[in-house]
Amino acid sequence: MNIDGLVLLGILLSSFLTGVAIFFLNEESHRLRTWLNLLGAGLKLILVAALLWGIYQGHEYSFSIDFLPGIPLALGADAHSVLFVTLSTVLWFWTTLYAVGYLEGSPHRSRFFGFFSLCVTATTGIALSANLVTFLTFYELLTVTTYPLVVHRGTEDAMRGGRIYLAYTMLGGTVLLLAVVWLHGLAGPIAFRERGAIESLMATRRGELQALFMLFMIGIGFKAALVPLHGWLPKAMVAPAPVSALLHAVAVVKAGAFGIVRIVHDVFGIENAAKLGVLQPLAIAAGVTILYGSLLALFQDGLKKRLAYSTVSQVSYIVLGTAILGPLATIGGLVHLVHQGLMKITLFFGAGNYAETLGIHRVSEMNGVGRRMPWTTAAFTVAALGMIGLPPLAGHVSKSYLNQGAAAAGQEWVAILLAASSLLNAAYFLPILWRAWFMSPPRQWPHEHAFGRWETHWMLLAAPLVTAGLVLWAGLSAESSFSPLAWVKLIAAREYGP
Amino acid sequence: MTFAWAIVLLVLLPLAAAALSFAFPRRGGWLAAGAAVGIGVGTAQLIRAVLADGAQIHQVGGWGAPLGIDLRADGLAVWMLLVAGINGAAVALYSSRYFGMERSEEGRHRERYFWPLFLFLWTALNALFLSADIFNLYVTLEMLGFAAVMLAALAGGRDALAAAMRYLLVSLSASLFYLLGVALVYGQCGTVDLRLLAAQAPAQPAPWVALALMTGGLATKTALLPMHFWLPPAHASAPAPVSALLSALVVKGSFYILLRLWFEAFQVRMTPAVAQALGALGAAAILWGSISALRQARLKLLIAHSTVAQIGYLFLLFPRAASPKAGFLGWSGGLILLGAHACAKTAMFLTAGNILHAVGHDRIKDLEGVTRGLPVSMFAFGLSALSLVGLPPSGGFAGKWLLLSAGVAQGQWWWIAMVLFGSLLAAAYVVRVLTHAFTSGSKPAILNPIPPVMEWTALVLAIVAAGFGLAAFWPAELLRAGAPQAMPFLAGGAAP
Repeated sequence: MNIDGLVLLGILLSSFLTGVAIFFLNEESHRLRTWLNLLGAGLKLILVAALLWGIYQGHEYSFSIDFLPGIPLALGADAHSVLFVTLSTVLWFWTTLYAVGYLEGSPHRSRFFGFFSLCVTATTGIALSANLVTFLTFYELLTVTTYPLVVHRGTEDAMRGGRIYLAYTMLGGTVLLLAVVWLHGLAGPIAFRERGAIESLMATRRGELQALFMLFMIGIGFKAALVPLHGWLPKAMVAPAPVSALLHAVAVVKAGAFGIVRIVHDVFGIENAAKLGVLQPLAIAAGVTILYGSLLALFQDGLKKRLAYSTVSQVSYIVLGTAILGPLATIGGLVHLVHQGLMKITLFFGAGNYAETLGIHRVSEMNGVGRRMPWTTAAFTVAALGMIGLPPLAGHVSKSYLNQGAAAAGQEWVAILLAASSLLNAAYFLPILWRAWFMSPPRQWPHEHAFGRWETHWMLLAAPLVTAGLVLWAGLSAESSFSPLAWVKLIAAREYGP
Repeated sequence: MTFAWAIVLLVLLPLAAAALSFAFPRRGGWLAAGAAVGIGVGTAQLIRAVLADGAQIHQVGGWGAPLGIDLRADGLAVWMLLVAGINGAAVALYSSRYFGMERSEEGRHRERYFWPLFLFLWTALNALFLSADIFNLYVTLEMLGFAAVMLAALAGGRDALAAAMRYLLVSLSASLFYLLGVALVYGQCGTVDLRLLAAQAPAQPAPWVALALMTGGLATKTALLPMHFWLPPAHASAPAPVSALLSALVVKGSFYILLRLWFEAFQVRMTPAVAQALGALGAAAILWGSISALRQARLKLLIAHSTVAQIGYLFLLFPRAASPKAGFLGWSGGLILLGAHACAKTAMFLTAGNILHAVGHDRIKDLEGVTRGLPVSMFAFGLSALSLVGLPPSGGFAGKWLLLSAGVAQGQWWWIAMVLFGSLLAAAYVVRVLTHAFTSGSKPAILNPIPPVMEWTALVLAIVAAGFGLAAFWPAELLRAGAPQAMPFLAGGAAP
């Protein structure tokens, strides 16, 4: 532990204390709550910026307390942590702004924003965890703190969605707990380490390690929505749009994907995992998920449902990249962690804007929406084209690295899979764009709100425009030295060693 | 000298307060507050002494066993004192407003009897935890049972009286079984002192029949399946603070004696078969208690059935701690779980009391909207549920983690599956209640306002339950430092 380590604690507390304070606010104190929210999110941004600067200066960050004799709860800031914590903090700031605008005037906002902040605390905790127990702790906290957000509307549908969500994630958490306890029994406390922390067991405990790997993947796969463990995700779509945005781009699903990367890279080590022969099954599971998600997305008329299945598919790109041995594939998978987050959050912001401003919930109602809401639709279009993988957008970067990585590893089937998936992506996104831009609008929108000067509330508009800008930036400046891709290349270099 | 003062503070002070509160019923709350402060100081002194020098012995009157009476404070004893102290203090604070709320003759009547009985119960618990021989344990157990039954009858009404009557009969006959066992042991071994019994056990072990009688009696008092039938009605029909005391502390008194018997006095008799049998009953209790909690229509009954299940977890300690491979893990895990359960269960029953008072019923299906009128209480329920389910960073998580680790160290997968499955069941039954906090629908129908003290007491205790996993190494170290010398493997046969 060092003084610098308090920055890590500060990153967690900035949202935790905000959340706790918000619980005590009156429902009516709208202005104070908004300021608190933005203060917490802003402070977290500043602290993460300080962290990045400190790492650039060569500082090392660690913080730990004793949990049980010999087992600490520890925070750290390695390359993986920094990648994920930056992503979640930046996106949280914009999602907060968006949520303030989105929920204006609806009931139970103190409860909502309280849990919203706790949810982000759990996510950043997952990012900053330096060992398995800490990871498990925040992972379970995430389950608990997102449940109230999923059921926020309190309708019968919401309650059912919440129950299904809890059932899946609690089961996943239990499997994960089993895996963590078992691994502790074999190897003692597991601190995350580049190239893996189980080297010493490789010779003697092969069978147990294979079983453990499977348990880890199943336990985390529930959150990462690997088929067939994805059932909760479309049901959880009953949540308000900012929650869906957060769930899909930053928090739950993304935390699952990050967890898989963590386990493969820093618990087992990619090379060890390859030697155990467990990567190929994982790659196949990811491949199945990619195709299945895309296929089902084709048949959804509900806009959010279509985006949900698209998430199922896209998040597994990360898993696929992780499951193929070789630096290029690793880079492709990891960079998609960031890129998918940026694109998907933009799409959900867009879907939320349509619903909130015009009452549009279905793809079939979207005719001509581009003319009524050009800015939102432009952002939506950038993100959708990015998802399809059109150069020079962010999604293209991920896909090309995945393709090269698969070719380098001699896994030609991946190229076919990715091509098929891109076709499917185009098949379910392009009709939306066609309707939005080229078909004529109906005489009356299902449920229109007037927001004065802009096409919608300025808070609802700012967030997607910024995130769409980030999609463009991540694609255009990918090869520069300051981009997600550059950082991810550094991680890959370390994971494979000299 | 420290120990003598601690005994004054832990036993004589609450006893005096009990007597005074009977004479001055209107000052009951203040007397309890004074006793709580004294008990806190005494417990802190003992904890410091144990951490510094290990287990402490006090020879009453300077005689020493086997002639005189010994009192003893080791890691286990001070941990139990601490758990009882925290929960006792919370219940005292809560009760200072609870009985006054009714503003009726009946309420005053209940309050008049509550304080002396409550303080007497606290005295009995503290004395029980400090006792070092099986006869003193009997005396204090009897005191405890007496106070508990009277408190359970306090609610009045036919259901409560019937439940209390059954409780009384069960409690008395169970004590008799235990006493019979004590007599047999004394006849055979010529002493009742725990350490002397342990020392001469290899040469002259206690007869099996005595052990069976004592264990049967104590298991009945602890409500271990299949002797659990008396618990749910007795715990559910008592006034909320009494339910909390019964579920959180009273059942743990007899459980504590079981630990003393099997892990100290008669440790040589602790064969794997005995350990597995006790564990199996515990596992059955987890299943039965959780499943019947799922089926309850009333909140207090749900919480009471959950106690049956959680007691089952405590009995998983036996097969874990009895193994040299996993002794410390199982021992500290079971006892941390005990502390976590006490705090969580007290918080839950106090919450249920708030709900019951606010709306006049505790039917789970009609709680919709109600809970939104009592956000603090509902939050308390949620946090204590975290600990019951065993989610991190709660005390329940730390306890379950240690039990699971012990199971892994022993390679006994069946037990691991049991612990995990029990957690899922617990999640299922607490979610049944928590769901209602979020449903939209009718306006909150709060009939009676609840004094903030009552809501906040429950919340603070729930925060303790949900957060103390973060510092779980501390009780683990306390238990290790003060482990009885007869049981070296409980102090770390296998490091976690």
